Amino acid sequence: MYNALGVGVQATVETAAQFQPFFPGLIILLPLIGFLINGALALRHAQASASAVRLGGELDLGEGDHLPATHTLPSYVAPGVMLMAFLITSVNFARMLSVELHDPHVIEYWTWIATGAFTVEAAIQLDQLSILMAMIVTGVGFLIHLFSVGYMRDDAGYPRYFSYLNLFIFFMLVLVMGASYPLMFVGWEGVGLCSYLLIGFWFSDREKSDAGKKAFIVNRIGDFGFLIAMFLLFGMFGTLDFVPLFSQAADLEYGSRLVTAVTLFLFLGAAGKSAQIPLYVWLPDAMAGPTPVSALIHAATMVTAGVYLVARSSVLYALSPIASATVAGVGVLTALFAATIALKQNDIKKVLAYSTVSQLGYMFVGVGVGAYAAGIFHLMTHAFFKALLFLGAGAVIHSMHRSLHRTNNHQDPQDMRNMGGLRAFMPITWGTMWVATFAISGIWPFAGFFSKDEIIWQTAAFGGAAKAPYPMLYQVYWVIALVAAILTAFYMTRMMVMTFHGASRTGVEEVKHLHEAPPVMWIPLIALALFSVVAGWINVPEALRETFIGLGPLTGEWLHHWLEPITEQAHHIQELNLGEVAEQAPFGGGEVAWALVSTTLALVTVLASFQFLRRQNVTVAAEDTELSGLSKVLYNKWYVDEIYDRLIVQPLIKSSRFCWKVVDAKIIDGVVNGVGWAARALGFVVSMFQTGTVNMYAFVLTIGALIILGVSVF
Amino acid sequence: MITEALVLSAMIFVLGTFGVLVRRNAIIMFLCIELQLNAVNLAFIAFSRLMGIDGQVFVFFVMTVAAAEAAVGLAIIISVFRHYETVNVDNFKLLRW
Repeated sequence: MYNALGVGVQATVETAAQFQPFFPGLIILLPLIGFLINGALALRHAQASASAVRLGGELDLGEGDHLPATHTLPSYVAPGVMLMAFLITSVNFARMLSVELHDPHVIEYWTWIATGAFTVEAAIQLDQLSILMAMIVTGVGFLIHLFSVGYMRDDAGYPRYFSYLNLFIFFMLVLVMGASYPLMFVGWEGVGLCSYLLIGFWFSDREKSDAGKKAFIVNRIGDFGFLIAMFLLFGMFGTLDFVPLFSQAADLEYGSRLVTAVTLFLFLGAAGKSAQIPLYVWLPDAMAGPTPVSALIHAATMVTAGVYLVARSSVLYALSPIASATVAGVGVLTALFAATIALKQNDIKKVLAYSTVSQLGYMFVGVGVGAYAAGIFHLMTHAFFKALLFLGAGAVIHSMHRSLHRTNNHQDPQDMRNMGGLRAFMPITWGTMWVATFAISGIWPFAGFFSKDEIIWQTAAFGGAAKAPYPMLYQVYWVIALVAAILTAFYMTRMMVMTFHGASRTGVEEVKHLHEAPPVMWIPLIALALFSVVAGWINVPEALRETFIGLGPLTGEWLHHWLEPITEQAHHIQELNLGEVAEQAPFGGGEVAWALVSTTLALVTVLASFQFLRRQNVTVAAEDTELSGLSKVLYNKWYVDEIYDRLIVQPLIKSSRFCWKVVDAKIIDGVVNGVGWAARALGFVVSMFQTGTVNMYAFVLTIGALIILGVSVF
Repeated sequence: MITEALVLSAMIFVLGTFGVLVRRNAIIMFLCIELQLNAVNLAFIAFSRLMGIDGQVFVFFVMTVAAAEAAVGLAIIISVFRHYETVNVDNFKLLRW
């Protein structure tokens, strides 16, 4: 079968072994079962505590080994289902590795929607991209579930927490494994729901439940774009299933307006979910949730759904140079903007939140310059090192919280100004977090170096293509991406120095209670640290491999080839219309040279800022003075929340109040009441004619009969 | 021949109508309604000479209905009279707003 571009879309080799899926439905089903079990336990616990409150007391959970079953079973159920799901995914992954799977393997279960022309099957699609995403979701998800067992140990909402977490994994797997846009949308909305539930997990705190609502509402704006894009796609192709849709899409005209509209609307959805300008504001607030939630949902998996969406729709994006340039532009601006804010934050989770926003920007740069594999590559490495950073921060917060709690100190356990010198108490956390810091800063040979550098390089190469749409623009993108990379190295070093180095600022009494995390928490840290080192080696470009940077036989360009069945159509369109990408960066120099430059810059930044910041004195939060100038602007996040409040929220509230008080209460209610009053008044007047006199009625009847007679005769 | 019959019928009908409209005594009004019915009957008979037997069939129907009506109507008038001791319709104005 050949489409209009002449790309063979079916494997010509018939002799290759068929891909045999291994219970793929179970991958999705297991977290759902976990959710049902944990949810039942949560309800049981809620009943127990409600009846305790009715009796005038409070449910005492007891200490240590005497916890009720509702608080011990989830420790086994939740990570257990995750481990099983991960193992089944691994078997499928291994089977896919062993065969040449060219076309996606779609498994249909039942018909979900059937209306005349529009049919949606409840079907999952197994291909190189979805199985990779499922590996990340279940693998990192399992480690974070394990960490949560230690982190949430003492929380009264323990079973509820794990039921939400399992439900999230279920929806995330629907998102990445669904075989059509509507099914993806189900997962998309489901993870949004779980994100809301988990951000507002401690809902008795007003600020935290507000943060949940903010995340949900901001995401609705993006979902609107996703929906419009789906309507347009259905209008264009009459189907929303991936396989037929993309094979038809390849025949579209390059740069047509309809494709641009579709891709821009899809990107609006992606920008909402993946926290890009202008919809990034919810992600920093989402740090109100428990820290493992931040690691799982707001760093490793859910927020990367937008990148997955763009990569999945690579054929459409390749057809629209405007949309691709927008994606890359928004990505690079977000990368820089969020990095500047991260420079001045004092809350350890806020630094990581802005860092996540910034790294997501890089991923969008990757998929915006047609390097879809590079975007997914960075998504994967980021999932490892950012989950590690968040879990490390979680271990720090856990320890800080306990020590402040035991000494009745009401300082903020997340404020880095109250930390310092934690290295002595938490050596494992310290070591693993430095690994992650090297990875995110892009220092050779850690994972982030290979993924981030490939994105930056592809930006330069794409701008230098023979018929690139806006060559100047991509050169600017490239420079901004380099600058943001240096900022990343700086703010991450600042975070590490403030947390782990220098003198302790926690307080004399408090220090005695600081301790390393328990094994159930540090084992996931070690595992993730390992991946943060080696994950980059699976996708080293050919040019780098020929030099010492490539680490010789250890590494390969595996991921790039692995994703080829997904991206080849997009690359083909790109080659036809843009020509070959450049071999040289704008200021000269090839891939290897710039890789060396960027890793040297990152390393120098880390070392210099480490030396510089270590000597600086940090004041504790309680005694800190007001900032001024640019620092103040950065500390207040460029006042974006305030600007949104003035420009959007307040006018919306005012116009809503106007609609309520004037339009609804006065005009609409007035009209309704007026109609009722008028009917009664008319009835009163007309009732006057009803005299009760028989002769009168007979007279009217006669006149009426005469009129009808007259009309019918003449 | 038919012209005269129709003219007579019309005169009786108008007389009946006029009686219903101007008189106040319920029994008189009732008699006037009978007058109207019989005027119509006359017209039916006259037309049946020209157009076949159907008109005469209708007359039997009208007479049947008129007999039933007389039975019910007179019963109502009698019971009203027992209550009010009058049959002047001006006194019966309860059925209004």
